[in-house]
Amino acid sequence: MENETKLKHFESLIDADSNIEPRDWMPEDYRKHLVRQISQHAHSEVIGMQPEGNWISRAPSLRAKKILLAKIQDEGGHGLYLYSAAETLGISRDELIEQLHSGKAKYSSIFNYPALTWADIGAIGWLVDGAAIVNQVSLQRTSYGPYARAMVRICKEESFHQRQGYEIMAHMMQGTPEQQEMAQDAMNRWWWPALMMFGPHDTNSPHSGNAIKWKIKRASNDILRQKFIDKTVQQAELIGLTVPDKDLKWNEETKHYEHGEINWEEFQSVINGNGPCNKQRMENHIKAHHEGEWVRKAATAYALKQNQSVKQ
Amino acid sequence: MRLQQNEVLFLYTLRLADDALILGHRLGEWCSKAPILEEDLALTNIALDMIGRAEAILRYAAEVEGKGHTEDDLAYKRPERKFYNHLLVEQENGDFAHTIARQLFISTFEYHLYTALLKSSDENIAGIAAKAIKEIKYHKKHASDWCIRLGDGTEESKERMQTALNDLWMYTGELFEMDDINEWLHEGGIAADLRKLEGPWKTDIVDVLAQAKLTVPSSGYMQTGSRKGIHTEKLGYILAEMQYLQRAYPTAKW
Repeated sequence: MENETKLKHFESLIDADSNIEPRDWMPEDYRKHLVRQISQHAHSEVIGMQPEGNWISRAPSLRAKKILLAKIQDEGGHGLYLYSAAETLGISRDELIEQLHSGKAKYSSIFNYPALTWADIGAIGWLVDGAAIVNQVSLQRTSYGPYARAMVRICKEESFHQRQGYEIMAHMMQGTPEQQEMAQDAMNRWWWPALMMFGPHDTNSPHSGNAIKWKIKRASNDILRQKFIDKTVQQAELIGLTVPDKDLKWNEETKHYEHGEINWEEFQSVINGNGPCNKQRMENHIKAHHEGEWVRKAATAYALKQNQSVKQ
Repeated sequence: MRLQQNEVLFLYTLRLADDALILGHRLGEWCSKAPILEEDLALTNIALDMIGRAEAILRYAAEVEGKGHTEDDLAYKRPERKFYNHLLVEQENGDFAHTIARQLFISTFEYHLYTALLKSSDENIAGIAAKAIKEIKYHKKHASDWCIRLGDGTEESKERMQTALNDLWMYTGELFEMDDINEWLHEGGIAADLRKLEGPWKTDIVDVLAQAKLTVPSSGYMQTGSRKGIHTEKLGYILAEMQYLQRAYPTAKW
């Protein structure tokens, strides 16, 4: 009976569009859903540092190098806020990392694609961060307070990321024929994976039901995907890039672009571990974690000694 | 061959800039490899400070040179033998202890160098120093704190930290070498007298190592060469990677 009262109170908060805070009672499934989603989001930020970090040493100007370093730091910072948001749900960062390493927790499949040329840094900022923003803007209104507040802060930085990515692409499209070819090639390789970032079609989305009811998720995969396509196609045309979709067309009636069929087989295959970089990204994270173990142990041992000497 | 005043100043600014550029490159290699996420951010943040400083100094260097080059031309189109960074900063990251030892040595040196350069009669250099010194204070503190933590942490961390200090010690003598360029610019009130920095540098290092319960490496043979653009074999690989796009597509703008 007591739980029923609590559930009613919880639902009334959700209905009133109030935030749920860490101290509030929440159904176990709500907590589980959030831990899964926030940790996946945090891990994505952190694993996402790898494809871009791959280009820090080769950035073609000092300005570009500074921007890339700053951007990657932002991503790491987002990872930190999100790990903290997840920790408010009663799980530690160590546990979250353990789940990542064991494969229990996922990260966005987009980061299992390789960053092959400098134009990929443009494409990642413009398309990948561009897709992420559409999702994150809607999550600013998510029902869990710490997650919503993290999103507000993250969105401000992500829009800078998207602009810097677009600037790289625009610049290359005004450059030499080789640069233009590089930019188009990056567009061709990143467009479809970026569309897949929104997840399966609404008719086939396994986690959406409760998430929509509890207002964790504020808009469906297909609606968000459509928003992204509508704004991005125009940006591509403006700088002379071709969207690699022969079925793409403007629908005058709906005022939306219609797109071709997404290759869901590829989507599933990459999620299941068979993308070009799944193994490499995970191994790199695990290796760094193991190689850093002696440092973490030393820091803990030192802190303990300091505490003891303060007490004495 | 007698160098002109602006050629002397040009070479001096390259020395300052190249330390920042090459160390920034090395620190950037830590991205996604650090022991904890916070440290990943700290190391790449120091890298960002370094690249920013390199950019500012190279911009001034290009102006002093007067040949219409940009800061990017100087970073991306100079060959190995015309780089003048200290050998210390091009050394590989190694384990975390080696990176900390390298940072402790260079940031403590930079702290005293840039404090002196605040009073440079060259207002561009003094201006760059005024911005840099704020960052350097943080870099020095970060490296000192970690050195103490690792030295006084576990047996393993103590051993690793001591090994790193011993390995890199031979690259510290060069920091205080004065050649004609330093002498001339010091006389003109532009550059610092490096001989006067060695004492305070050593005092700081001895103090940190005492807190870390580590041993100051015994002075032995010191490596040298960077004043003349003679480097370790590692620099060539750094430049090959850093300069690749600019060299592969010489007509492209990025």
